[in-house]
Amino acid sequence: MSRGVTLASRSDDHLPTASIEHLKARAELLVRLRAFFAQRDFWEVETPLLSADSVVDLHIEPICVSRSGQADSWLQTSPEFGMKRLVSAGAEAIFQVAKCFRDGESGPLHNLEFTMVEWYRAGDDYQTGMRLLADLASSLLSIDRQEFVTYDEAFQSVLGIDAHSADVDELTEVAMARGLSVDRGFSQSRDDWLDLLLSQCVQPTLSADCATILYDYPVSQAALAKIRAGEAPRAERFELFVSGVELANGYHELVDADELRRRNDATNRLRREQGKRALPSDSRLLAAMESGLPGCCGCALGFDRLAMLALGATSIDNVIAFPASRA
Amino acid sequence: MGTYKTSDFRKGLKIQIDGEPYLMIGMDFVKPGKGNAFYKCKMRNLLRNTVLSRTYKGGDSLESADVEEIGVQYLYRQGDSWVFMDEQTYDQFELSKEQVADYWKYLKDGMKCQMMLFNNNPITLTPPNHVELTVEYCEPGAKGDTATNVTKIAKMETGAEFTVPAFINIGNVIKIDTRTGDYVERVST
Repeated sequence: MSRGVTLASRSDDHLPTASIEHLKARAELLVRLRAFFAQRDFWEVETPLLSADSVVDLHIEPICVSRSGQADSWLQTSPEFGMKRLVSAGAEAIFQVAKCFRDGESGPLHNLEFTMVEWYRAGDDYQTGMRLLADLASSLLSIDRQEFVTYDEAFQSVLGIDAHSADVDELTEVAMARGLSVDRGFSQSRDDWLDLLLSQCVQPTLSADCATILYDYPVSQAALAKIRAGEAPRAERFELFVSGVELANGYHELVDADELRRRNDATNRLRREQGKRALPSDSRLLAAMESGLPGCCGCALGFDRLAMLALGATSIDNVIAFPASRA
Repeated sequence: MGTYKTSDFRKGLKIQIDGEPYLMIGMDFVKPGKGNAFYKCKMRNLLRNTVLSRTYKGGDSLESADVEEIGVQYLYRQGDSWVFMDEQTYDQFELSKEQVADYWKYLKDGMKCQMMLFNNNPITLTPPNHVELTVEYCEPGAKGDTATNVTKIAKMETGAEFTVPAFINIGNVIKIDTRTGDYVERVST
């Protein structure tokens, strides 16, 4: 019997996993998205999918492409570097709809290859960047309500803890008290515990008919966002959640090349400690930042997930023609 | 013994935790965009039949379990143990009363069953879904009564007692569903 099932599913492999109706609706959503940006004088750009440079993330694995006689290159995990190079060269308001690749990511909300919408506008401050993202969500998903909540407020109201000061022990106790199915020794990393609590306890409380912007992330999760110094330093990073789904990630962008170099080195140190390959620390983005990157906000949104929410789909496979298993 | 990395985690994986074998029966991939990946696993303990939910993070690993399913033949009972033979290798395995559980009720000499081994030791036994047993004793059946809703207790050749329709007689062969213990039909008189 099991053989029969295997044969049947193999013979279906040529078919799309998304219905033709969904694929048409997805195409219409893309038209509306492009109109949203056109109305605001953003113009569409294209940057290389395959690059000598890669964003250096601890938990995002780019796919390495090896060609004989050539240095290794990388399929982009986001179009961030190329687009910031354009902003640095004078492009004032740009967006892109691009394929991105992240190795090892597969599930109801993940596909190895996915479509990212990314945009940058020179001169935007933190608040303007967040408002633009919220407006995009409202416009494309027809959501009237917008909520702006700090990372700290969200953790305080749902879990009653100070996300910025709680140590691993305190976070462990909270996870245990909430009955999360993890061992006490789950992780020694504060950020792992924060991510777990955010995704398992905080995200599910975010309501469906509201575009929630979570902002002011812990400095340890700044990635490429500017850190606002002061008594309580915060990363000027924001994310969009709708129906508990993480839809977009934005930054009031880091423009200091030396700081980026330090962060890349620190991330590569952690990557090596975890047995992962170090990623190129040097990049043409650094050169662009040294020549001058204007203050700006940038944001990346998962288009497949946007389509899922717009269509009420429960799996990314329902809005992608051919997911990795049928690629 | 090998290990499975989180990237290998999927339904159907056989792993061991604290020395006990588990079957992964569910796995949800959760990943914050910039954060570590979480693998929410549901695993069935193959010894106790209990379900364990555990969330692992990217980079974790689990030890693989040496679990295999083999075809066996029931040979004989020796006190409180039941002896089976691997149909391929002719190796013999003894199962305790606890391991055989209620299945002793269906075991006839030479019967083919499935057995699960963990580190080459038997852990569970699965008899065929239906077995045919001869009635050794019951009250005589009323002639002409073919109704199945009038029942009585009958003792089988294995020594086990089952609820059967009133028309069943000593010497009849009946079919029993081993998953429920229910009478299915009379095979012969």
